[in-house]
Amino acid sequence: MLATFTLFLPLTGYIISFFFLRNSDPKYSQNLTSILIILSSIFSWIILFNIIEYNEVEKINLLNWINSGNLSVSWSLRIDTLTSVMFIVVTNVSAAVHVYSIGYMKNDNSIPRFMSYLSLFTFFMLILVSSDNLLQMFFGWEGVGLTSYLLIGFWYHKKSANDAAIKAFIVNRVGDFGFLIGILGIFIIFDSIYFDEIFSKVYLFKDHKFIFLGNFFSTLDAICLFLFIGAMGKSAQIGLHTWLPDAMEGPTPVSALIHAATMVTAGVFMVSRMSPLFSESSFASDFITIIGATTAIFAATIAITQNDIKKVIAYSTCSQLGYMFFAAGLGAYNSSIFHLMTHGFFKALLFLCAGSVIHAMNNEQDMQKMGGLSKKLPITTLLMWIGTLSIIGFPFFSGYYSKESILHASFFSNNYTGLLSYIIGIITACLTALYSWRLLFLTFHGNNRSDTIDYKDAHESPLIMLIPLIFLAIGSVFAGIFFNDLFLGEFSYNFWNNSIIIEQFHKDYIPFSQSLIIKLSSIIGISLALIFYYYKTDFQEIFYKKFKLLYLISFNKWYFDEIYNFLFVKPSFIVANIFWINGDEKTIDFYGPNGISKIISKISIIFGRFQTGYLYHYAFVMIIGLSGFLTWYLYFKSL
Amino acid sequence: MTININFLLIPEIVLILGIIAILLISVFINKNSFKFSLYSSLILLIITSFLVLLNYQDSFINNNKLFITNLFIINFKILIIISSILVLLIMENYFQDLKINKFEIPILILFSVFGMLVMISSNNLMSMYLGIEIQSLSLYILASINRKSLKSSEAGLKYFILGALSSAFLLYGCSLIYGFTGSLNFEDIYQKMSVFNNLNIGLIFGLIFVITSLGFKISAVPFHMWAPDVYEGSPTPITAFFTTAPKIAGIALLIRFLFEPFGNFWFDWHQIIIFISIASMILGAFAAIVQDNFKRLLAYSSIGHIGYILIGVVSANDSGIKAIFIYLVIYIFMNFGIFAILLSLKNDNGYIEKISNLSGLGKSNPIVSIVLTIMLFSMAGIPPLAGFFGKFYIFIAAIESKLFVLAIIGVLSSVIAAFYYLRIIKVIYFEENKENLEITLNPNTKFVIYLSALFIILFIFFQSKILELSNFVSYNIIN
Repeated sequence: MLATFTLFLPLTGYIISFFFLRNSDPKYSQNLTSILIILSSIFSWIILFNIIEYNEVEKINLLNWINSGNLSVSWSLRIDTLTSVMFIVVTNVSAAVHVYSIGYMKNDNSIPRFMSYLSLFTFFMLILVSSDNLLQMFFGWEGVGLTSYLLIGFWYHKKSANDAAIKAFIVNRVGDFGFLIGILGIFIIFDSIYFDEIFSKVYLFKDHKFIFLGNFFSTLDAICLFLFIGAMGKSAQIGLHTWLPDAMEGPTPVSALIHAATMVTAGVFMVSRMSPLFSESSFASDFITIIGATTAIFAATIAITQNDIKKVIAYSTCSQLGYMFFAAGLGAYNSSIFHLMTHGFFKALLFLCAGSVIHAMNNEQDMQKMGGLSKKLPITTLLMWIGTLSIIGFPFFSGYYSKESILHASFFSNNYTGLLSYIIGIITACLTALYSWRLLFLTFHGNNRSDTIDYKDAHESPLIMLIPLIFLAIGSVFAGIFFNDLFLGEFSYNFWNNSIIIEQFHKDYIPFSQSLIIKLSSIIGISLALIFYYYKTDFQEIFYKKFKLLYLISFNKWYFDEIYNFLFVKPSFIVANIFWINGDEKTIDFYGPNGISKIISKISIIFGRFQTGYLYHYAFVMIIGLSGFLTWYLYFKSL
Repeated sequence: MTININFLLIPEIVLILGIIAILLISVFINKNSFKFSLYSSLILLIITSFLVLLNYQDSFINNNKLFITNLFIINFKILIIISSILVLLIMENYFQDLKINKFEIPILILFSVFGMLVMISSNNLMSMYLGIEIQSLSLYILASINRKSLKSSEAGLKYFILGALSSAFLLYGCSLIYGFTGSLNFEDIYQKMSVFNNLNIGLIFGLIFVITSLGFKISAVPFHMWAPDVYEGSPTPITAFFTTAPKIAGIALLIRFLFEPFGNFWFDWHQIIIFISIASMILGAFAAIVQDNFKRLLAYSSIGHIGYILIGVVSANDSGIKAIFIYLVIYIFMNFGIFAILLSLKNDNGYIEKISNLSGLGKSNPIVSIVLTIMLFSMAGIPPLAGFFGKFYIFIAAIESKLFVLAIIGVLSSVIAAFYYLRIIKVIYFEENKENLEITLNPNTKFVIYLSALFIILFIFFQSKILELSNFVSYNIIN
């Protein structure tokens, strides 16, 4: 019951403010949606505590949806540990973002639309995480895609925003197609799309094979791969990551909610939800590990050189998602979800702090034009420090526990992908520290490099924006300590209650030397940032000259956009043009709708001519008709 | 048993006596004789409908084998009476404005209603012919009732002459059937023919002649030529009457004629009905596109509707007959809704008839234009309005009888037909206001407009009730 409320309060907020409050005072829709989301976040805490206490999986059947042949799907909620954890992340970050938006979007013209889209997004996200079958999950999946599109393109008068929105949508289509194929494959093999039934039948189909081009392939591997392609699209893994940096065209609260804390983690959630399937497919698991590790280091290398404050954080999101995936690929689903949760808090915090900076600097996003803002924005600076300490895994901050557990898992997994991901994880940790501190130094410390007016006018954000920041900061600091034992420690098996597969990696403690290496890597990153961006800023120039190629590769994001443009976008434009002009306009339209309507109007004119008005014509037609019938029958009969 | 025999013709007897009484009284009233005859006719029709309903049970009763009644007939009688009541409700303003408020008009309508009731409960070729003639003669006069108008007189004359031709066909057909079976009674004909494996040429000729004549009454292609001219020329309320009651009677009689005497020979008559049905649907769809006169357009549209109804006849199954009944109920309300609106719109030159006169109605009178739009959408068969379900059941019936081609042609022609309904909506909403339309809604008209609008919108909610009712319609006509 509580879960139903948690789910439908945001929807109510959306419906009321979108349909009824569009033209009224924005404060109504702001208050309404925020209060409803806060309520639903309170409910989600109650749900979590209930789960911790009683460990019961609750299933709520809402409505029948589809009944067709073997397929019967209903709208239903499944509240287990995984769902309740996701509820916490989604509703709390969403609540923070809602409240923050009241201050951030103060001068916008269409506040009710914005608030209602945020609420709608929250609803779809909750549907996604609480579904108990794949189809409803897909509904939520598409729903968040839609709202993401709407919110990236929220400032639709900006061409760049529209382009980014379309890009996000299309790139996600690629992934969604994979997901859909995965769902269909599951339905064909398992004859059901309900999680319980699928999972209970996994062992039957472990060795199932299908023939493709004369070779045998493992069905489970194929299904898992397709599902993971869906996850790659939504979670911006390498190859399908190009939309995420562009999505920063949307308002900053949107980036914090959708493109950092919640929607992009849907892929990780999905892989964890399907963990009984993935854990049986070692090939897919390895693939996930490799993709995740590659993304982690790849995105981190880009983040080092970007100048747009939001893009740095976007690439950092990409990189952290890589961490989550390789943890999932190694079978440490609990570490993966743990990192998802802590990341939700500190990444939303980082984004909203960045928003606060942008707000203060009059919509300036270029870090090269900032600097020395710590004097003007003391609280934001402090909060940004907290977020940064958390992301680099500073001991006892939340990121420390989750990232450390991921690295442990990779250290203890006895295969080459584990080793690979362990090494990459450590290097990435170093890079993470580097770009995070670079961001801090460039933005808050050192000398100011902006136009003086912007700097002079810079001011701390209003209280309404700071409160959600403080709330998230508390999460970033304490979420790790609070949940460590439940998620990873000795209670974890009871806590997760079979909602994900738990493989115990933590029997042994990691050797001290390795622990030292992990910590050292962050320290190296910090010191590098300190040298390059604080003490010896002229080193940047020297580095740039010596390693120009490396710098350019990183700065231009490994030329992914350019390659895609050349490989996919331009050819498809050419092909589309051929089909559009020759295929559609000159053939289908000409002979189809236009041709038919021409013929129809000609025919109707002919019919009109029959109606001469002369009586004898009319009588003649009648008699012709009569004799026609008679003739037909005479002929027919004589046969 | 004796009571039943008395009840068989009681509605008709009361009706004809009432008509004569109204006629006599009206002659002696100088003032307001139109109003008197109008309202007393209304009351008389209501009484008649009660009397018809009084015998609402499914039993065959023979009275010298000339007449018969059963639930099918009763339901269709009720439909006819309802549509005549509706036409009486919407006609008052029009005739008073045109100063042709003659008391004969309602009386003539009553006469033709009497003819229709006789004709659909006839069980004999003779009584059938008499019924048809009674209704037709009144209709000829009604068409030309506006003597001052050239068009009206022309309409009446055309209708009369072509009607006479069709009566000749009918009589010739009847005589052929009589000649080859030696009987006039439907059941006897059925009995006599049941020994045949095939119909012989004479009977086929008789069948075709009768179908031709009935096809003329329901204005099915290729016997439709009179319809556009007559509909355009007649006074608008009379046109509304033409598009409903006589067609319902014609359809009912056609069904009875084909299923009772010729019930065993579906194979022989279904081809001709299929042809008529397809031709009507296609012509109704195509020819209406170029019309700019609203009444002419509705004439073609009603030809198209007849085409759909004939699909139900060809299906020759239970659901086909039910679908026809539902279709007719919906058709009555859609039709009267549109006509009632048409009868309340006036510009400087009198009542509007051109589609272009409606331009800008959406702005000047949003409520009326919304109602009109709903009617037109329903005519075009757009869900969830009633018109959609009418077509839906018809097509279902066709599919049950495996008449796929017919169903496909029906769907395609309804797509084409949707064009001209939508064009009117376009004129209403998207064209500049050119003339000042004046709207006069008298209470009766208002009642009809709202009733039909509500019926069309709410049909989806009580369609199960209508379906239940239609269960009574399909009786043992199909043996």
